[in-house]
Amino acid sequence: MLEHYLSIALTAIFVENMALAFFLGMCSFLAVSKKVDTAIGLGMAVTFVLTITVPMNNLIYNYLLKEGSLEWIHPSLAQYDLSFLGFLTYIGTIAAMVQIVEMTLDRYAPALYGALGVFLPLIAVNCAILGASLFMVERDYTLGESTVYGIGSGIGWALAIIGLAAIRERLRYSNIPPGLRGLGITFIITGLMAIGFMAFAGIQL
Amino acid sequence: MASNKAREALIDPLFNNNPIALQVLGICSALAVTTKMDTAMVMSIAVVVVISLSNFFVSVLRDQIPNSIRIIVQLTIIASLVIVTDQVLKAYVFEISKQLSVFVGLIITNCIVMGRAEAYAMQNPPGLSLIDGIGNGLGYAVILMLTAFFRELFGSGTLFGKQIFQLATEGGWYTPNGLMVLSPGAFFLIGFFIWILRVWKPEQVEEE
Repeated sequence: MLEHYLSIALTAIFVENMALAFFLGMCSFLAVSKKVDTAIGLGMAVTFVLTITVPMNNLIYNYLLKEGSLEWIHPSLAQYDLSFLGFLTYIGTIAAMVQIVEMTLDRYAPALYGALGVFLPLIAVNCAILGASLFMVERDYTLGESTVYGIGSGIGWALAIIGLAAIRERLRYSNIPPGLRGLGITFIITGLMAIGFMAFAGIQL
Repeated sequence: MASNKAREALIDPLFNNNPIALQVLGICSALAVTTKMDTAMVMSIAVVVVISLSNFFVSVLRDQIPNSIRIIVQLTIIASLVIVTDQVLKAYVFEISKQLSVFVGLIITNCIVMGRAEAYAMQNPPGLSLIDGIGNGLGYAVILMLTAFFRELFGSGTLFGKQIFQLATEGGWYTPNGLMVLSPGAFFLIGFFIWILRVWKPEQVEEE
């Protein structure tokens, strides 16, 4: 059982890295990777929010939206299939959760809020967050599995953005052709990082 | 004058102010669908439809939306449009919608859609916003189709599923380049597109 969870987590971190294998969360990935400090902040915030929203959406899907899932309220409701409302519900949940997380942190953990504060609102529209929830639904994870998956994909994304930021800090000293400066070279570096991460694909657990 | 502005709103995003190459928007959900031309095409059409309609509706409602909750209102409009698009795709092109899997849903968080709603539709009348949406959608589609063209042609020797290069495994001469089908290939291609675009239009070069 433990191996099963471990394999989900490692797959999510290395093999199916959100940013490098599925291109998710690319906007902030490219925009906020100029400095390592900010990259660490955003990476932490994404991991934090993913850990909360993926299991949350898992509960919503299994107890409210899935076909026949309303049976626990009243048997006659078992005929309804609300899964077409999925997108709207997940994005609503994510936006609300981000808001709640922000307020809770502000109240009880001011230091953490200071570190993550500016990034939290950005996260509501980060594709990696919604993507993780949609993958969770598609793969039919249980509550435990989806928690592990949320943490794993968050760590994977954080790892990728911190690595990219570290490389970009070094790039300042190199002589890049004018047309490639900025966005162009960042894409090519991301491609090289993706090749690096593909080496993990052969690992079998 | 008005038609001039409309033309600008339509043409400008194609090359001068391309959403992917210059504004760094909406790369998120798109690259994974560019291994084949037909999925890229369906994705492009879906994005053009969603972005133009969402721009239109946000613009129609722009005087009614309270400023403090505008993001959530915009998200709701976009999410509803994406649900409709998803249902239409499932009904008429089920095979392709299966391949697109979660990426149709991810149009919601596609930064182009939100970005244009926030930056353009909130300040401009519905007609212009609709055109701006179509223009930005097409600017996105151009990059998407170009990427898909190269990835499918060199990655599997086909275009829209039709064999163009005879594969070596079937007695032909072309050995497919596996890298193109995998994710790094897409990153490299986009990087090179940006490079070419900036050599052509040097004013887009970034200062370090």
